[in-house]
Amino acid sequence: MSATGIGAAVRRKEDQRFITGTGNYTSDISRPGELRAYFVRSPHAHATIKKVDTKAAEKMPGVAAVLTGADLANDKIGGLICGWAITSKDGTPMKMGAHPAIAADKVRCVGDAVAVVLAETLRQARDAAEAVEVDYGVLPSVVDPAKAAAKGAPQIHDVAPNNMIYDWHLGDKAATDAAFASAKHVTKLDIINNRLVPNAMEPRAAIAEYDQGNDALTLWNTSQNPHVARLVISAFVGMAPEHKLRVIAPDVGGGFGSKIFIYPEEVVALWAARRVKRPVKWVSDRSEAFLTDAHGRDHVTHAELAIDANNKITGLRVHTIANIGAYMSTFSSSVPTYLYATLLSGQYAIPAIYAEVDAVYTNTAPVDAYRGAGRPEATFVVERLVEVAARELGLDPAEFRRKNFVKSFPHQTPVIMTYDAGDYDASLTKAMDLIDYKNFGKRKAESEKHGKLRGIGFSTYIEACGIAPSQAVGSLGAGVGLWESAEVRVNPTGSIEILTGSHSHGQGHETTFAQLVSDRLGVPIETVSVVHGDTDKVQFGMGTYGSRSGAVGMSAIVKALDKIEAKAKKVAGYMMEASGDDIEFKDGKFTVKGTDKSVGWGDVTLNAYIAHKFTGGQLEPGLKEGAFYDPTNFTFPAGCHIAEVEIDPETGKTTIAKWVAVDDFGNIINPMIVEGQVHGGIAQGVGQAMLEGASYNSDGQLVTGSFMDYAMPRAADLPSFKVDTTVTPCPSNPLGIKGCGEAGAIASPAALINAITNAVGHENVPMPATPSTVWKAAQGGMKKAAE
Amino acid sequence: MYAFTYERPKSVEEAVNLLKKSGEAKLLAGGQTLLPAMKLRLASPGTIVDLSKVAGLSGVKRDGNDIVIGAMTKHVDVMNSAEVQKSIPALAHLVSVLGDPAVRNRGTIGGSLANNDPSADYPAAVLALNATVQTNKRKIAADDFFKGLFETALAGDEIIEAVRFPVPEKAGYEKFRNPASRFALVGVFVAKGKDGARVAVTGAGESGVFRVKEMEAALGKDFSAKAIEGIKVPAKGMIADLHGTAEYRAHLIGVLARRALAAAK
Ligand SMILES: Cc1cc2nc3c(=O)[nH]c(=O)nc-3n(C[C@H](O)[C@H](O)[C@H](O)COP(=O)(O)OP(=O)(O)OC[C@H]3O[C@@H](n4cnc5c(N)ncnc54)[C@H](O)[C@@H]3O)c2cc1C
Repeated sequence: MSATGIGAAVRRKEDQRFITGTGNYTSDISRPGELRAYFVRSPHAHATIKKVDTKAAEKMPGVAAVLTGADLANDKIGGLICGWAITSKDGTPMKMGAHPAIAADKVRCVGDAVAVVLAETLRQARDAAEAVEVDYGVLPSVVDPAKAAAKGAPQIHDVAPNNMIYDWHLGDKAATDAAFASAKHVTKLDIINNRLVPNAMEPRAAIAEYDQGNDALTLWNTSQNPHVARLVISAFVGMAPEHKLRVIAPDVGGGFGSKIFIYPEEVVALWAARRVKRPVKWVSDRSEAFLTDAHGRDHVTHAELAIDANNKITGLRVHTIANIGAYMSTFSSSVPTYLYATLLSGQYAIPAIYAEVDAVYTNTAPVDAYRGAGRPEATFVVERLVEVAARELGLDPAEFRRKNFVKSFPHQTPVIMTYDAGDYDASLTKAMDLIDYKNFGKRKAESEKHGKLRGIGFSTYIEACGIAPSQAVGSLGAGVGLWESAEVRVNPTGSIEILTGSHSHGQGHETTFAQLVSDRLGVPIETVSVVHGDTDKVQFGMGTYGSRSGAVGMSAIVKALDKIEAKAKKVAGYMMEASGDDIEFKDGKFTVKGTDKSVGWGDVTLNAYIAHKFTGGQLEPGLKEGAFYDPTNFTFPAGCHIAEVEIDPETGKTTIAKWVAVDDFGNIINPMIVEGQVHGGIAQGVGQAMLEGASYNSDGQLVTGSFMDYAMPRAADLPSFKVDTTVTPCPSNPLGIKGCGEAGAIASPAALINAITNAVGHENVPMPATPSTVWKAAQGGMKKAAE
Repeated sequence: MYAFTYERPKSVEEAVNLLKKSGEAKLLAGGQTLLPAMKLRLASPGTIVDLSKVAGLSGVKRDGNDIVIGAMTKHVDVMNSAEVQKSIPALAHLVSVLGDPAVRNRGTIGGSLANNDPSADYPAAVLALNATVQTNKRKIAADDFFKGLFETALAGDEIIEAVRFPVPEKAGYEKFRNPASRFALVGVFVAKGKDGARVAVTGAGESGVFRVKEMEAALGKDFSAKAIEGIKVPAKGMIADLHGTAEYRAHLIGVLARRALAAAK
């Protein structure tokens, strides 16, 4: 392994600019003559719009225009769409209500845009926004997904009676019912997967510029997938043809899924810029981010596990109500279905699974993918059920898991997925060793001596990443293919530009992708740069989410590098008067097999461009190759997290005493970056389990609208993690990579809640397990012990 | 933020005149409460009267048996004051768990008291230590100063100049942080002074900081955690929100009071 090659903990190249304040984020960009946009947003969760009076606002200082939903409709700008078609049990398509970028007739959640003001300065725009008079007819609202489909609930979209978008199912109902009928033991659990606000460090932003001469638009935005944004804004919103729309996502400060989606504000910025013929800039403030970024999770689930006399799991039955919010965000429909129910087998060989999912509209912000997207929800269901079952049966939770693990591969689950490789025993055993499971009893006794409760909790998770084979997702309703592209451009002097359709917003692609190239071509890592996030530079790409950039994005680079090597060998052949087939390439040197004749990388790249040694007829000049890579399967990262907590029963304060994570990510490019991803993921999962929870009151007001009430995890809430790996290389991609971006957030909530419930002796601890909640449970638990 | 007129007087008198001149004027101390409210457009004073250049409003000094802290004294300066650490270590501790370093380096005791946030830390100390709030007009006893949520006895043109804390025999402060804001979910300040024991609670009461008389009576005889073991604070009148039920807050008062007593110095 070279110091900069695959497997090396190379320091992140991009950090130079990030930690010296020289990054280039969307809000850092200003265009000459730009106007600032400020949105007038609904203070009501549900209301008809009777009248929008913009007259007073238009006369305010600095105001260039005040635009409304009616103007948008007049200009025939289309609405936003959800790009994944889900079909209900009865075969009917999902019921997608219209989502205009600015509401015209009705607002459906607090924060819905009703007008936009464009002015010379942000303050002028904001002042004028306050002068826009909106006459609302307030309607009753519903925010609780469990109540949305009830008789008499307020109707949010006419196309969706009872607010029901789809009632979908997966698996074999009859086989599952039969498993339950013959079960020796059934474990039942009601679970709420709490709603989360993503809170990326950088709020969303958009700048749009119209080039009148060429009738072309450019959009700078905070996107995880600028090409998909361009496609949707072009093909569905109908803003401009693709070749007349350039989308640039420069440095992006975190996404966690929330920046995958196409949002109203970027559509409005483009439309407004063309209308007023001046650049338009919009930057979300944190309050707007809380209200309008797509939220995550929000499931209400009842789940049951059937177990036979040999303590083997024989069946799993799940019913989930998924809150979609007021509108269907870009991939919202896929999250509680194909990204969720397909993972309900966990690491276990379960013969029969049946899952039903009802997706409902409510008067809340749209809900879509958030780090893990569906898989944290599935893992939480499975790992809570399995833990509770073991406790009910008086079995060691680790051994009960082990007994039911999938042990041979490939393994076909009853819910679509074919697990390709893994060793679940190995990661469980290693994690138990690392946390010193044997001596947990001693540590518990020690805590009790000090009046503290101690608990331990497992989460043996699996996820499906590297999304995804295009044919497979196409058959499941996806409107896009999920391949990735790469282009390798070698300059005459031998330096290299990698153009990728992946997008880095914290993942460190500029480092890991360069490591791959350095390793493969034997060139210094400094001579490789990674270009991404601009539709004028990279021809097309699907972007970054679903832990796909390594498994899919880098595989595309491998394919392109194969072509580069083949071509470079031919060039070297001409230089040394040998056949390209006789050239060996190793450590940056081209050698004629069986001779000591060789040329270096730089000689070859120069010759590729001067082309003196070959005529164009023999070999095309230049050294540039592209590739598209479409995976043949999902990848299946899996592993084991164990959390150990100490609880003060008097205050309910939970302290995480120990945390062990043993993950199987397949082969690893940069262990330091992987470790960082795991740390961040655990922190997010701990946030969900202990701290975070978006809460709307019954009037549809977001109670947790700022950090004063929405608790984000802080360093002091977390212990020092023990992170390790096991490796079963992924068989379906050339690098054997599985992906690591979401694992921490997927695994950790169940581990923590299992530990807390173990400590307090009560299963009924909802997320977030705040001190108040844990105290209440600990009181119950202590009472029970005393009885 | 809306546009406003900015004034920076040199004396209390000048500041009072500015307040009187414009009904829409607001004093600015550390800005840690006022500026966020203005940025969110929740507050829109026409005039800002910045107290930072008014002489004599900041600093900690000992005056007989009292510690006198100027209204414009920053949290960090109270925390680091050798005099406070020696005479009222519980007060130095309170400030060390108030906010974060940025807040402690800007926020002031006068601003905190004038604001009287029901979850702020200082009001508990002022009430338990039986301190006196000294303004340009009068001296206000702690018991008369706090008037409910964000309400105080201060008149519109009244300026806090200093806070006078009698040095207690013993005092302790225990805070349980709100997991999001890190203000007090509940904070209990206990003190034993020459007039007996006092217990003040912040974060829990629906009308702001309050005293627990039943505990005080018990502690008057025996200033120890044991003395209040059987005393339960009723949940009625306690704040109930996302972060804790009324029952939880009422329960925490007992727990924190005992811990404050155990740690009292
Ligand atoms: C992130 C954050 C965390 C915080 N955490 C805590 C915490 O844990 N505990 C806690 O107690 N507080 C906390 N605070 C509040 C902090 O202590 C503030 O500093 C304090 O509440 C206000 O003090 P200030 O000097 O900043 O006042 P300012 O914001 O300048 O003023 C506040 C109010 O007091 C008035 N005022 C100021 N000085 C005087 C005076 N001398 N006479 C009369 N009126 C006056 C002003 O007109 C204004 O109405 C936090 C604040 C922030 C931003």
